[in-house]
Amino acid sequence: MKPKILIAGALAMATALPALAAEGDPVYNYTLIEADIAEIDDTTVGAFDAQGWVGGDYNRFWWKTEGEFADGDFEGAEVQALYSRYISKFWDAQIGVRYDLEPKGETYGVIGLQGLAPYFFEVDAAAFVSSSGDVSARFEATGELLFTQRLILEPGIALDFYAEDDPSRQIGSGLATAEYSAQLRYEFTREFAPYVELAYEEAYGDTADFQRLETGSADDTVFKVGLRTMF
Amino acid sequence: MRFKLAGLLIATSSLIAPASLADVYNLEIDQFERTVDGKTLTGVSINGTSPGPLLRLREGEDVTINVTNTLDVDTSLHWHGIILDAGMDGVPGISFDGIAPGETYTYNFTANQSGTYWYHGHSALQEQEGVFAPIIIEPAEPDPFEYDREHVIILADWLNDSPYKALANLKKRSNYYNYNRRTVFDLWRDWRNADRGEKTGVIQERLAWGRMRMDPTDIVDITGYSFLVNGETPEDNWNGLFEPGEKVRLRFINAAAMTYFDLKIPGLKMTVVQADGQNIEPVSVDEFPIAIAETFDVIVEPEAGQSYTIFAAAKDRSGYARGTLSETPGAEAAIPELGPRPELTMAAMGEGHASHGAMADGEAAGMDEMTMDMSGDAHRGHGEMPAMEHGEKVLSYDDLRALTPYTDRRAPDREVELRLTGNMERYFWSINDVKFGDAGPLEFNYGERVRITFKNETMMEHPMHLHGLWMDLVNGEGDMAPRKHTITIRPGETISADVTVDATGSWAFHCHILQHAATGMFRQVNVIGGVQ
Repeated sequence: MKPKILIAGALAMATALPALAAEGDPVYNYTLIEADIAEIDDTTVGAFDAQGWVGGDYNRFWWKTEGEFADGDFEGAEVQALYSRYISKFWDAQIGVRYDLEPKGETYGVIGLQGLAPYFFEVDAAAFVSSSGDVSARFEATGELLFTQRLILEPGIALDFYAEDDPSRQIGSGLATAEYSAQLRYEFTREFAPYVELAYEEAYGDTADFQRLETGSADDTVFKVGLRTMF
Repeated sequence: MRFKLAGLLIATSSLIAPASLADVYNLEIDQFERTVDGKTLTGVSINGTSPGPLLRLREGEDVTINVTNTLDVDTSLHWHGIILDAGMDGVPGISFDGIAPGETYTYNFTANQSGTYWYHGHSALQEQEGVFAPIIIEPAEPDPFEYDREHVIILADWLNDSPYKALANLKKRSNYYNYNRRTVFDLWRDWRNADRGEKTGVIQERLAWGRMRMDPTDIVDITGYSFLVNGETPEDNWNGLFEPGEKVRLRFINAAAMTYFDLKIPGLKMTVVQADGQNIEPVSVDEFPIAIAETFDVIVEPEAGQSYTIFAAAKDRSGYARGTLSETPGAEAAIPELGPRPELTMAAMGEGHASHGAMADGEAAGMDEMTMDMSGDAHRGHGEMPAMEHGEKVLSYDDLRALTPYTDRRAPDREVELRLTGNMERYFWSINDVKFGDAGPLEFNYGERVRITFKNETMMEHPMHLHGLWMDLVNGEGDMAPRKHTITIRPGETISADVTVDATGSWAFHCHILQHAATGMFRQVNVIGGVQ
C-alpha cells in the first residue's frame, strides 16, 4: 500500500460530514510534535520527535519521525510510514518502512506494537530489519504524573537493541543505549505545552566501549527546553 | 437577547390550542448565530430558535408537519417517544432518506397518545447544535391529576465549540476535556486522611484503576457547556410565573446532548405524575435525576409570596441550569451549592461486574479488579446521591409504578442480551463489542414479547432509547411496570425491559448520549412481519 495514496484517500473521506450513526469507520487524525534544544559541549543541539495518524478506529496510517541537528547540520533523522491495525482494546500492531536520512541513507522494514500498557504507560516497541539484513529493536515507554491538571511530569525510557556488532556505526550487540528521561511540561492547552526535560543517556556493552574510545565517556546528561504541540 | 424569544414562545404558546383535530405545522431548519456566555457560535435552529417551537397536539389529532431544510447539509426531525409508522420516525438511513438541502418533507401521523415528549434532529450532530423542541399532546380525557397552570422546562447543554471538533478532539485524546484527573497531591491528601489501617488501601485503589487503564474522574466526556433552561443561561434566569394557591405542572424534558441532570426546587416537594409521558402513581420527591432524553412531569404547590429556584445540577457538577418560579417576573431565590464533583468507586463498578464473567477482550483481567472491596472513605466523596445524606427523597426507577396496568402483561417469549460496551481510550462505543457500522440489525418478530436485558460494562451511564416500541421497565412492580421510551443504565448495572413488538418496520435503538450514538452505540431493529 502506498502511503501517499492512503493519505489522499483518507483526507478525501475526512471532509465528508459524519452521519449521527456512522456507517463504516469515519476518518480522524492526530499529530503530536515535540521539539527541543539543548547545550551539549558548547554546541546547540536541536531535536524533534513527532508522530501522528490518519484513519478510523481500526485502521490507520501512522507516521513517525525524529531527528537531531547540531550547528545547523542533521546528525540523525528518520521517518517511518506504518499501517496500524487495532488488535485489542489498548493495542495496535504496526507494519511498514523506516527510512534514515542521516547519518546515512538506509531503509528498514518495521514491525511493531504500540499502545497503552497497564498503569497508563504509553508503549511503543518495534523491530527493524535494514536493507543489508541488520536487525535492531527499540522499546519506548512513558508514564504520567500530575502535579496539577496542567503541570505534568512524564518519566520515560528508551532502549535500543542490536542483533550484531557494527563497528562502523560504533554499535555493539545486545542492549546498546538507554535513555532515561523526565519531562516536566505545562499544558496551557492540550495543544500548547512548553517543557523542560532532563535526560540521562548511557551506553552498554561493546557500544559503551566504542563510545569511551571515541569520547572518553559512555554516558551523558542533557537538559532540554522544548515545546510540545498536539492537534 | 436572541434566544429569550425561545423561552417566550414556550411560555406563551401554551395559551394557544389547535382549533381542529387535523392541523398543519410548518417548521424550517436553518443556521442561526447564537451568543451564549459571551461566545458567538453558529448553531442550527428550528424556525429561528433553539429550543424550537412547542408543538401542542391533541390526542387523536391527525398531524401534518412540513419540515423545510434551509441548511446546506441533510437534516431530519425525529418525534421522540411518539408511536407512529416507521416511515415517519425521521431517522435517516432507517426510516427515510433524510431531508436534502432545499427540500421540504411532510410528516404525517396520528397522535394516539398523550403527555410530554420532544422532537429533535437525527442527522449528524445537529441536535447538539440546537435542533430540539418540546411536544405536548393534550389527552382526550382529562389527566388523572389536577393543576391550574403549566410550564415546559426543557433542559439543554450548549457547547462553547463545534460538537464535530469536540468529537475529533476525543478521538485524538480521550481525556482531552478532563481537567479533574487525580494528582499526586490528591494521593497525598487521601493517604494522610486515611486511617492507619486503610493507607495501603489508598495505594491499592490507585493501582487498581491504573491496572485497568481507567480513570475514576472520567464522569463526562466533554466539558465546556452552558446549561440552559428553555434556552436561557443561569444568569438569564428563565422565569415561570404562578398565582398564589395554584398547583403548577412542570413538564421537564432533558434535551441535552451529553448531560444528565439532578433536579430539585429547594423548598418545594415535587409530585411526579408522569415519566416519559406516561401516567405513574404519584410519588413525592425532593429531587430526581433526569437522564438524557427522559421526561418527567411534576406537580408543585408554591406558597404565596415565595420564589423558588429550579436547580438542575449537571451530573459532573461542572455547572447547573437554573430558572425561577415566582409570582412576579424577574424574581430570584437562593441558588444551592453544586456539591462535590462525583468520582466513580470501585465498589459501584464492582457490583454489576462481579455477576458475570464474559468481558470484552483484554478487559477480563482488569475487571476482576473491580470486585475489590474498596472502602468509599478513600474517595473524594461519593457523588451519586448527595441529597440522600440529608434524608431527602430522591426518585429512583424503583419508585415508578404505572397508574393503570398496560394491556400486554405476557411473560417474554425470549430474552435479548445487550451488553453496553465501548473503548474509552480510543473513544468509540458499541453494543456487544460491535459498533453500529459493523453490526447487522437486531430482528424482532411482530407480535412477540421480547425481554431486552442491558448490561452496562462501561464506566459511564447510558440512556438507551428504543424508537417505535415501548419498553416496560422490569423494576419489580409486576403488572404495574412503568412504560418508557428511554431507560438509563448505570455503570456496572443490569436492567431489563419487556417489549411488545407491535409496530412493523425498521427502528433505531441507541444510546442517547449524542457522541456515543455517533461513534457506534447504535443498532437498527427490524420488526419482521406485521402490516403498517
